[in-house]
Amino acid sequence: MEPLVSLAGERLGWGESAVLSDISLDIRPGERIALLGRSGVGKSTLLAALGQRITGARVALVPQDHGLVDALSVFHNTWMGRLDEAGTARNLRILLRPSGAERAEVEAVLERVGLAGLGRRRVSQLSGGQRQRVALARALLRGGAVVLGDEPVSALDPAQAAALLAELSGQFQTSVLALHDLDLARDFATRIIGLKAGGLVLDAPVEACDRARLMELYA
Amino acid sequence: MSPARRIGLGLLVASLLALWFADLSAPRPDPWLTLARIGQGLLSPDFSDPLGLANAALLTISFALCGVALGAVAGLLLAPLYHLRAVRLPCIAIRALHELFWALLLMNLTGLSPLTGVLAIGLPYAGIFAKVFSEYLDEARAGGQGLPPGTGRVTALIWQRYPQVLPQVAAYTLYRLECGLRSSAVLGFIGLPTLGFELETYFRQAQYDRAVVVLGVFFLLILPIRHWARWRLMPAYLLVSLWALSRIEVPPMGAGALGRFLGDITPAPIRTGADWGLWLDKVLWQQGVPGLVDTLVLGQLALVLAGVLAALAFPLIVPRVAGRIGAQLGHALLVLFRSTPEYMLAFLLLQILGPSMLPAVLALGLHNGAIIAHLLGRQAETLPLRADAPRGLTLWGWELLPRLQGNFRALCLYRWEIILRESAIMGVLGLGTLGFYVQKNLEELRLDRVAALLVVTVLLTLAVDSLSRRLRAALLPGDRVRIEGTRGQGAGATS
Repeated sequence: MEPLVSLAGERLGWGESAVLSDISLDIRPGERIALLGRSGVGKSTLLAALGQRITGARVALVPQDHGLVDALSVFHNTWMGRLDEAGTARNLRILLRPSGAERAEVEAVLERVGLAGLGRRRVSQLSGGQRQRVALARALLRGGAVVLGDEPVSALDPAQAAALLAELSGQFQTSVLALHDLDLARDFATRIIGLKAGGLVLDAPVEACDRARLMELYA
Repeated sequence: MSPARRIGLGLLVASLLALWFADLSAPRPDPWLTLARIGQGLLSPDFSDPLGLANAALLTISFALCGVALGAVAGLLLAPLYHLRAVRLPCIAIRALHELFWALLLMNLTGLSPLTGVLAIGLPYAGIFAKVFSEYLDEARAGGQGLPPGTGRVTALIWQRYPQVLPQVAAYTLYRLECGLRSSAVLGFIGLPTLGFELETYFRQAQYDRAVVVLGVFFLLILPIRHWARWRLMPAYLLVSLWALSRIEVPPMGAGALGRFLGDITPAPIRTGADWGLWLDKVLWQQGVPGLVDTLVLGQLALVLAGVLAALAFPLIVPRVAGRIGAQLGHALLVLFRSTPEYMLAFLLLQILGPSMLPAVLALGLHNGAIIAHLLGRQAETLPLRADAPRGLTLWGWELLPRLQGNFRALCLYRWEIILRESAIMGVLGLGTLGFYVQKNLEELRLDRVAALLVVTVLLTLAVDSLSRRLRAALLPGDRVRIEGTRGQGAGATS
């Protein structure tokens, strides 16, 4: 199958200083990839690069800082995933007066992430875990072929985290998620990519990655 | 109800009341006629008096430079003492009075002399500089280590605290020079020989072909100010300015001017034994109160207009909304309105629309709206946005406006006090605000009433300043809002 995106021996980073060097990988539709490595190793950089390179498919993002607008409601922050679908006039109308149908559509997604009934709540009044769920709801509402997530479930307990990862893999054909919980990563992923010391040191199907091999990434 | 809601509701009620009080007609029968004639002047400008124009331009810069220099030096000396009540209160009082009021008052003491202009700018600016510089010093205090124990306070000040804040002081002083240039031009409207004087004269004589040239020269001075106002050149600029000011011919004031002045500003009941009741009734009830009401009404409407314009206009300078070329055009538009002094803008609109509150509301709204929009737009560019954030007006409505609403409110409240200071002087143009009664009493040579009305003006500014501070604290609890001190300090530093 044609890869969604391929990198061949690339330097990635901001400006002059490369965070990652000599990165080669192909991502094919249907893969569920967990991105592992110590913090600061360049997972966000790789995700940002993938986000820019994937052009043929609809991509949903779950950024690490969630990218929420505190002053707006949960409904609005969720609907933000779809702002590219309508014209400016309609978007401004929805900002001021969302219709019942639009609210219902968002409510359905909020139920899936465990925020049922909170659509009118301001995001600034939510807890850390709830904020992360709003960012997930935004990605789910957006939908598409690919989801790129940077620690998308870091603020949730393991059981909830697993349930929400299942939601993501049910919604998106392909997913690339940076994770830090190894068990969660092995349950969720079909393929594991490990980064260490500025390079790609592990790229294997999940069956080939036992816990000890993954722990080496953090040594 | 949340504080933001309550304050919003209060604002709405105040604005509706103001609308009800205000005369917003455009009594000039045909504004298009004047506009067309100004347009004709624009098409065939008259450059026939280059020497007079150059002289007025030179003096405009000279008043600004000397006034700002005086203010900055005084401010720098007062800043370390600003925590003392005996320094802080006089500073607050002198900056509460607009430059134009200072000039009108000082004219009775120093006549139409260069000193009047320099002091009119220097005194209020000294109050502002002292406050802003003291904030800089407070922040620098934290790093006050490394000097041997027992170092004297003055030594520590000169060796450590002043040098630490020097870059901020330098940047803020240059920003103030731009304001000083506007003040200097406006002083011309009451007779000092700056560009404002030329502008007013030509406009009153309907010589629009000359007036537009004066306006053009003013923009030629102020728009590229960042390029010509260099610290290295300041000593030379100051020397030239002093020379230019010393050449102004001063009509003699006669001996004993100070004694006469002090006698004149003493309330008549003390001086002549007149009845206090009548005097107070005249000054406070017949002049102070109506002037106060009109000042508040004008300030309120101007604030609302400025806020609405700013909220709509700030995305003009954000490339992600307006596009790259659009953002440059937006910058040009905002700079034009920011650079034109409110008073001058109001004067121009008054010539076109005729005497009512409308020209002043428009002038204050446009100028202050452009400033708020500029500060908001610069912040909008520094907001961290998601990689998939929208563009255009959708970005404005869904991300920028909600994210910046706290700053927006703080900026509006920050301009409120400044708008009211300006509203008071609009009376000098003939509107019913406090300036009108000040001017009237000056013409009747009743300096004691002038002084009393100026005290009312100062009290109004102080009341609004403290109210605005409390509203800001209620709206943004825990956030230390410092706006004035960040002006001129480079992009994005506004909250």
